[in-house]
Amino acid sequence: PALGESFSFLHSSFISSFWGGGRNSLTVLEGMGFRVGQGLAERLPRGALAFREELDTIKFLCRDLWGAVFRKQTDNLRTNHQGTYVLQDNNFPLLTQMAWGQQYLEETPKFLAFTCGLLRGTLSALGIESSVTASVASLPACKFQVVIQKA
Amino acid sequence: MAVCIAVIAKENYPLYIRSIPAEHELKFHYTVHTSLDVVDEKVSAMGKALVDQRELYLGLLYPTEDYKVYGYVTNSKVKFVMVVDSSNTALRDNEIRSMFRKLHNSYTDVMCNPFYNPGDRIHSRAFDNMVTSMMVQVC
Repeated sequence: PALGESFSFLHSSFISSFWGGGRNSLTVLEGMGFRVGQGLAERLPRGALAFREELDTIKFLCRDLWGAVFRKQTDNLRTNHQGTYVLQDNNFPLLTQMAWGQQYLEETPKFLAFTCGLLRGTLSALGIESSVTASVASLPACKFQVVIQKA
Repeated sequence: MAVCIAVIAKENYPLYIRSIPAEHELKFHYTVHTSLDVVDEKVSAMGKALVDQRELYLGLLYPTEDYKVYGYVTNSKVKFVMVVDSSNTALRDNEIRSMFRKLHNSYTDVMCNPFYNPGDRIHSRAFDNMVTSMMVQVC
């Protein structure tokens, strides 16, 4: 728990320090997440190359990656079986500290950019290129949409 | 104790390669390069077999009359190749596995280093020291 709080604090600190405004900051945050994701992809899957299918890799994200970073699993996973996956977290740890509901909807993109990059980086290191976007209807629940790039 | 250790990126170029003694370096580079085909074969063979657990350790890739070559592949498709002297019969499978595990752990540390860009050659001193400890002591 203490580790989770310090990550959350660190995360909000660099969001506020980057916030000169504009699209650039979101890209920087996403880029940081990407690089961390690459490192995590090497460290986390202990042992077998058990990802025979794409779906296995996404499930790994929902269970193991979320577990390692946020100490919980995602609450829901949906797919259209054609390369699009939606990971849903009803109680996203990086958003829980803000007022619940819709008061801060505008601020959420900067709090989700790093995590989008994290997902994209981990997938990339595991051999899957994707694009990841996040959306919030009402804090602290959010959804991450992963679209796999077809070669 | 290995005579040559190499780390190969998933695009099949070397990220790190070290061999002892230095004058046979070119020969070892060539050996490692040819072993990559065997690695690819093994990896794709494992992909087709319906096993639940796919191993990272690939085992003996091929023996030559002087050397044995072992392989290991990580989840990010980075390959480790180790060349061992054939005359060193004391080296058992378990020991090779544990050497690869150490390599993997050190490589993971390099990967998590924010100053390291994935795809660059590895210059980490810690990684160097770990590899030195695994290589044959010459004189």
